Amino acid sequence: MESTGFRSKLLKSALGWLVVFIFFFPVLWMWLEALKTEPQAASSPPTIFFVPTLEEFQTVLSGDFPPFFINSAIASILSTFLVVALGLPAAYALAIRPVKRTRDVLFFFISTRFLPFAASLVPLYLLARDLQLLDNIFALALIYTTINLPLGVWLLRSFLLEIPPDLFEAARVDGAQFRHEILRIVVPLIAPGIAATSLICLIFSWNEFFYAVNFTSSEAATAPLFLVSFISGRGLFYAKLAAAATLASLPVLLAGWIAQKQLIRGLTMGAVK
Amino acid sequence: MRATAASALGREAWARRLPLLPAFIYVFLVTQIPFVLTIYYSFFSWNLLKPGSFHFAGLENYGSIFTNESIRIAVWNTVLLTISVIGISVVLGLAVAMILNSEVFGKGLMRTLMIAPFLIMPTAGALIWKDTLLNPLFGLLPYLLTPFGLGRVDWVNQYPMVTVVTVEVWRWTPFMMLIILAGLQSQNPEVLEAARVDGANAVQSFRRITLPLVRPFIELGALLGSLFVVQTFDSIFMLTFGGPGEDTTNIPFLLYLVAFQGFSIGEASAIGVVAVIITTIVATLALRTLFSIFQIEARR
Repeated sequence: MESTGFRSKLLKSALGWLVVFIFFFPVLWMWLEALKTEPQAASSPPTIFFVPTLEEFQTVLSGDFPPFFINSAIASILSTFLVVALGLPAAYALAIRPVKRTRDVLFFFISTRFLPFAASLVPLYLLARDLQLLDNIFALALIYTTINLPLGVWLLRSFLLEIPPDLFEAARVDGAQFRHEILRIVVPLIAPGIAATSLICLIFSWNEFFYAVNFTSSEAATAPLFLVSFISGRGLFYAKLAAAATLASLPVLLAGWIAQKQLIRGLTMGAVK
Repeated sequence: MRATAASALGREAWARRLPLLPAFIYVFLVTQIPFVLTIYYSFFSWNLLKPGSFHFAGLENYGSIFTNESIRIAVWNTVLLTISVIGISVVLGLAVAMILNSEVFGKGLMRTLMIAPFLIMPTAGALIWKDTLLNPLFGLLPYLLTPFGLGRVDWVNQYPMVTVVTVEVWRWTPFMMLIILAGLQSQNPEVLEAARVDGANAVQSFRRITLPLVRPFIELGALLGSLFVVQTFDSIFMLTFGGPGEDTTNIPFLLYLVAFQGFSIGEASAIGVVAVIITTIVATLALRTLFSIFQIEARR
């Protein structure tokens, strides 16, 4: 009995690791390619054993990549900050002191998240063009705020619902002002919720491509756009491509790995904990 | 007396509403007004590259949408892509989640590595697939498949839709796995144990106990996932650019071509309106599921 249990565990583990290896392999391969020299990366048959070098990372980092990376950081961080600043009070109004028709308001918010970008793309583009805001990183940050705000409201609300209502009653009896109520009670208690929300917003805005490709060209271009320059490239560029792809993916990969627990909750807008 | 009570009540209601307003107004301004403008533009013929081309066109744009071959192909490609990606990644995600929910070695590390494809920047992932894995000359996969006679297959050009679906399945399986795993973990192991004692075999307890339990989670994953996959743009742009021909042009990519390659504002707007109608149908289903899960969670 004991040994069959062990054998089935071993068998399942082997199967599981095989599947995980297949899924993880493209990521691993990206890292390996990034550590090769160009001739090694473009060899046939593919080079499996080689002496790793950071040459291509240096090339990418000392080349024109950093401005793209910085633009991504500005757009992601600024939009995440705006989502929390606008979303937290809204979530508070929907969770702690529910307004009338709360459900309708929630429905409205989330429906805008899943409105295809086709719905508002053309007018936003024309507006940005007329206001000279094309290729402007702050305009892009505002668009990302729009994309992430509905999600932020839902997610923050789901965290606020977990705070015992008694805490607020006590504060109100003490005569705490609304502003103090938010700052003294709400913010410390849902710091983990704010962290989870920020994480999801960062992931979505860091990886966003559609608006970036259509609303920016040179000044405000973000990290995914740096990768576009490799599509048309010819010749020996695979190692450089892999190094750039590794660097561009790194912040979200690390953030997602560190905050695995929050990831699922964020992706389902608080529905699954 | 009554008036002051009423105004106090009114003030109270406004105090409750006030924190909601900035976010509400912002979202309203940036999504609803542009959408109304999109509907408005959809009745006009307007090409940005031809100054003075702005004129009322009635239903012309919609007429051309429904008679134009391109849009029919794009709708079909969108449906095909969404259904195959969601279907395959739900099945794979369920399988992986079941493995991760059982007794295995290195569970935590498996989960960590498994979610990587979802976190990798989609444009980066697509490039890695296209240039380092699938490239017919230098790619790893053609090399590994040479013994099977598939050595010189140009996957991206010969099987474009298969390629796009593969890359998207790679990306969405971890998402499904995470949601389904959360469902499996909410299962009481004693129930399964009791079923086993009562003589239920593995297939029976999966069908009778596990599946009904994780079904809402599968539905949630499938519906949320399809709302994202319907919008697939990044990997198509990087892998095939909608081609060859129109073989992998879906609605978002067609919109991109019409609006930003052709600059036909009116036609792009009409496509936008049609896309909204289609998405609304899917989204309504998704939200119903979301709310029912919230209610299940609330009862727990």
